[in-house]
Amino acid sequence: MKVLSAAILGVIFGVGLLVSGMLDPAKVLGFLDVTGQWNPQLAFVMGGAIAVAAPAFLYARRRSASLLDAPIEIPKGQPIDARLLSGAGLFGLGWGIAGICPGPAVVLLGLGGGPAWVFAITMVVGGLGGQRLIVNRVRAAAPQGA
Amino acid sequence: MHPFLQSLIGGGLIGLASAGLLLFNGRIAGISGILFDAASRQPGHWRWAFLGGLLAVGVVARLSGMQPSPALAASGLPLLALAGLLVGVGTKLGNGCTSGHGVCGISRLSPRSLAATMTFMAVAGITVLIVRHAAPMLGLVRA
Repeated sequence: MKVLSAAILGVIFGVGLLVSGMLDPAKVLGFLDVTGQWNPQLAFVMGGAIAVAAPAFLYARRRSASLLDAPIEIPKGQPIDARLLSGAGLFGLGWGIAGICPGPAVVLLGLGGGPAWVFAITMVVGGLGGQRLIVNRVRAAAPQGA
Repeated sequence: MHPFLQSLIGGGLIGLASAGLLLFNGRIAGISGILFDAASRQPGHWRWAFLGGLLAVGVVARLSGMQPSPALAASGLPLLALAGLLVGVGTKLGNGCTSGHGVCGISRLSPRSLAATMTFMAVAGITVLIVRHAAPMLGLVRA
């Protein structure tokens, strides 16, 4: 059931990305181009998404398990640290160059051909490389035998 | 249909899917996290199912005759690869992307996600400013 619901929700998410215009890097870059010919269209994507998702998140907070009886895994309040902000900065740099973020990158694998695969593969390589970076730093910071 | 309305509806669907993943599966719909966890073989078939659903939309769009935006290939493969690496490393270190921080994080009023979203939006805006306006002015790239 959890696999089926995830598949259906993936389709809904993907259709949302398609309908909203997020699959078009020209629109994304046009939205980010605040000082040029700014295209505010994509502000409505985030606005619409938050308007629908926020009540669900409020409701989920009061439940002990999901409707399919899975644990509700909401991140604990961690501090705003240098790793968070530098990561977000690097992401912003890449997003500003190509106009593609991870969700659209996955949908574009089916639609965009070669260039989409180049982006998605390097993105996964970057993610797994970043993972090693974090693990190594945590190991270096931890005392011997920890 | 007006493009703003279309984006609002598309955004609503993204919000609906994010709400559904939390309420049914108990998970945050952060695509970068789901993708990297799946790629590093974390247990959980739901991740592959969710990613498969996303991919299926692209495949069906392609089969029904939709063409990708020409802007996808406009920056050229080397820049696209560089951008991919940056997005990958950045979302891994920063624990999230537009969906995990921008939609889910802000929806649950997480200060961390708000800080991350403001940071990546600002840096992306400055990047576009440099690529589109400053660099051509300095003759570094063609406009």
